[in-house]
Order: sequence, then structure tokens, then C-alpha cells
Amino acid sequence: MKEVTILSGKGGTGKTSVTASLASLAKNKVMVDCDVDAADLYLLLEPTSRQKQEFRSGEKAVISAEKCTGCGLCREVCRFEAISSEYKVDPVSCDGCRFCYNICPADAITMQQSLSGHWFSSETRYGPLVHARLGVAQENSGKLVALVRQEAKHIAEQRGLDFIISDGPPGTGCPVISSLSGVSLAVIVTEPTLSGIHDLKRVIGVCQHFAVPVIVCINKYDINSENSHQIEDYCRTQGIGIAARIPFDTLVTRALVKRIPVVEYSRNRVGREIEKLWQVVTGYLN
Amino acid sequence: MIISIASGKGGTGKTMVATSLALSLSQEKPVKLLDCDVEEPNAHILLKPSLDCNQAVSIPVPKVDEDKCNYCGRCAEVCAYNAIAVIAEQVLVFPELCHGCGACSYLCPEGAISEEGREVGVVQSGRAGNIEFVHGKLSIGEVAAPRIINEVQKQLDPEKLNIIDAPPGTSCPVVAAVKKSDFCLLVTEPTCFGLNDLALAVDVIKELGIPCGVVINRDGVGDDEVEKYCLKEAIPILMRIPLDIKIARLYSQGITLADGIPHWQEAFLDLFDKIERMIGNAGGREGGGQ
Repeated sequence: MKEVTILSGKGGTGKTSVTASLASLAKNKVMVDCDVDAADLYLLLEPTSRQKQEFRSGEKAVISAEKCTGCGLCREVCRFEAISSEYKVDPVSCDGCRFCYNICPADAITMQQSLSGHWFSSETRYGPLVHARLGVAQENSGKLVALVRQEAKHIAEQRGLDFIISDGPPGTGCPVISSLSGVSLAVIVTEPTLSGIHDLKRVIGVCQHFAVPVIVCINKYDINSENSHQIEDYCRTQGIGIAARIPFDTLVTRALVKRIPVVEYSRNRVGREIEKLWQVVTGYLN
Repeated sequence: MIISIASGKGGTGKTMVATSLALSLSQEKPVKLLDCDVEEPNAHILLKPSLDCNQAVSIPVPKVDEDKCNYCGRCAEVCAYNAIAVIAEQVLVFPELCHGCGACSYLCPEGAISEEGREVGVVQSGRAGNIEFVHGKLSIGEVAAPRIINEVQKQLDPEKLNIIDAPPGTSCPVVAAVKKSDFCLLVTEPTCFGLNDLALAVDVIKELGIPCGVVINRDGVGDDEVEKYCLKEAIPILMRIPLDIKIARLYSQGITLADGIPHWQEAFLDLFDKIERMIGNAGGREGGGQ
């Protein structure tokens, strides 16, 4: 079983539109949305028979007003500025380090596990989908990414599926790193803007850091061909192949409004490029 | 005053709005732009500031003096992140898991643990014309984005208008970036993705008690679901930027809307007036600076 993860560095370059189209083209696969902050893939795949599960992770300190003597030691040692002068813990700032819990001389502090979000396992007309929703202003997105990936792998093993197609988060931090460990291939969807190029280089750096092979897909390649050439040149120096060049076309947005993967909406040059991308991906993985 | 620009969904135009707002207002008043998207900072590409001040951001990680250590295991017991382990007569430190809380060094009964800084990113600052500029950059392969954001935010200037370019998403880095704001401007696009992620971002902003308004980017394509949502939630739509290949091309070259199509400066000044009135009506927020 092979896992391919779609990344971008910069947000909004077309990760999810490409992923949904790959989901439409691929057979024998499970889809997983690793953008647990703002999962969007399910909007195009229309899941049914959804199972909802709780994600509990991360502890927060709670101070008992009855037991607290107001000695101030907890406030003194807390490096996250999470304890107010009235000895109330701000759950958003609390990192769950337990330092205060470990040193409170009055035993006034307990650590309480919080409900950090939910994850969902569902069926779609393209196959099984696992996605999640992190709770409002919660941390531990990296752990939730690891959890949805593990669940997708479990489904793939159980049903004997060949591929895991993973829609990754934007950025280069905690959830991206969590979505990369042990994957067979990262497809980076970029755009020929200076920001797109800057962010592409950073996320390629992350993939290389974790020794994950990369191919690149340039979306809207014709809005700035000079920048597209720059991306091609850069990728060549890094030994990275350009798998597809998708032209700018408002039909991508029209397909999105109809909530249909773009390859199903129209078999024009956009669809053909994504088909080419999938051929390169399968060629690489087999 | 602190205005943050956030979105939920990535790539909706946060940085374009933040930089054009800063440029338009910098003719009139002292402005500071703080790019808090430390995983993928982009504002410098559009504003091209001098970045003459560099400050490394590090996390204090434990350093064990094996001569003093008696392998009692207290450090491993108190570490909530599994960043230190004691196996027989050996102490293993995993610096990339350490959050730098300091519990192990404080609680070591032998006083065997000191701390040393491990660099996880950098904060750079300088000027772009009239604008004071700061951004943070997370090192490749690192996860501690909120730590860098907190360092960037130490440079908030109560004497100036502070404009924060926030990261996409809804989790801890977003909260770290927007929590001190007097107002949050949410940039979205009129698609089901834009709407879904806008609603998630609104939940976060409301939880934090920050007044907010919406900018619809790439207006004209897509559907009217975002408008219906804003109406239902009583969130004002403060600006619309049309889907225009000319704007997309300017952005691709690293040119702001305010510079590339100067008549947009008026629109951004108007946007700021609306925001100021909304903050006035909301009565301001504690600690926001006036």
C-alpha cells in the first residue's frame, strides 16, 4: 500500500481541487484529509454513513480556588503566561506542561484532559474517507493528523486497498510534518507567484529534511510564465520532476461551485493535465 | 490599535489585503506590519522591506551533567512531552520534542540539569518606506510556530497602527497571532471551501471575543452562499475585490494592489474607516492600546 500526500506550502494553490480529482481517477484507495484545521475535501466527496468519534488530547491545568493558598509559585514558574493574578488558568495559553501541577505545595492543581476535536470515518462514491475537525482554538493538530492517517491506513489494510490519497495542510509546521512521516510520495501543488515560489522552496526543504520524494504540479502556470520557468529551473536543480502544468481556467471555480471534481466537470485541458499527473504518480509508485 | 487579517482557508488574499491596507494608511499615520504567518511568511515579498535586524528565537532545552546525575528518573517523570528519558544509567534528551517549560531542570533533585538554547526560527525587522516591518520565520523541519509568533508580537507598538498578517487555519498558531487584536478582518472567497473555512474562523474569532468583518476576494465567480452566511451571522461585508486576471498577475509579480492599481488606495482607506467605526461601537478591547 502506498500513500501519496498533496502539499503546497502556500495555501489556496489548489491542493484540494487536485486531490478530489485524483480521488475520482484512482481506483482502490482511501482518502484522508490531513488539513484538520479546515478540512474541505469532504465538501466535494459528499460522504454518507458518517461515524463521528471524539478526539481527546492535551491536558490543561485547573486550579482549585478552595485549596489554592495564593503562594504564587505556579505563576512564577509558568513560561506560557497562562496563570492570571487571580490564579485562573487561561486554557488557550496553557501548554499542558504540568510544571505547576508538579510543584504546587498545596496540591491545588489538577490536569484535565480536554475534548480537542472530532474525527469522522465515512463512505463516499469514490471510496472511504477519513477527516477531522479540530475544536475551536485547539492545539495538537499534529496528533490529530497522525490519528486520521493511522485510521486511513487501518481501512486500507482491512479492505486490501492499494493507495492512500492524503490532502495535506498548508504551511511547513507541526501538521505538515505529521502528515509527511513515512509517505511514499509528496505531490506539491504550486502557483507561479513569487509567494508560491517562496513557499514551494520551503516545503520542498521540509520534504527533503524528512527524505520524502517529491514531484511538483504547477497550477495556473500561464498567469506568469516567467515565474513558471523559474519554478521549472529550480526543480531541475533539486532533481525534482514537474508532473503537470495546469492552465488558469475559471471552470475550476465553476466545478467547485457545483461541488464536482474538476476532472468530472469537464474533460478539457485542465482535466487532461490532472490525468497526466495521476499517471506520473502511479508510474512513480508502481 | 491592532487589526489582524485572518481567513481559515489559505490563499484567499490575506497578505494582499494586509500589505495594501498598510501601504494605503502609511501615507496618513504610523503603521507597523507584523507578518505572523511564520511557516510561510510572504508579506516581505510584496513590501520588500530592509531586514536589517535579525534575532534568533530559541527554546531552552535540557542539558544533563552526567557527573551530577544519579539517574533517579524524576526528569522523565515530570516531562509532559516525552522529551527526556532515563534508561538504566543513561539520560536521553530529544530536543525536538521539548517545549522548553523548564520543569525538568527546576525539579531535578541533584541540580544536574541546566538549559541551553536550541534555535527554532528567527524574527527579522526593518522598514518598507513609511511602514515598520516585522516577520518571523520558522526553521525548516521545526514545529514551534506559536513560539515564534509570540516573539513577533513582542514588537507590537501601542503608539502605532499594528496590522497583523495571520496564518491560515484555526488552531494554535492562528490564536497566537490574533488574540490581542481589536479587530479581525476575515478574507474569504465565494466558494464552498471559502465559506466552510470562513465559518470555522468566525467560530474562533467569536470565542476570543474579537469584533470582525469580511472581505470577499475573487468576487463575481462562485456563488452567493458567503453573503447569505454573513447576513445570517450579522457579520458585515466590508470590501469586495473582483476576480480579475490583472490583479492575479500583479500579485504573481509581488506587486500589491495599492501600488499596482493606485485607485484601490481609496478603497482601503474607506475600509479602515469602517473598521475604526466598528471598534468604536464595540467600545474597544482591554489591553489593545488606543
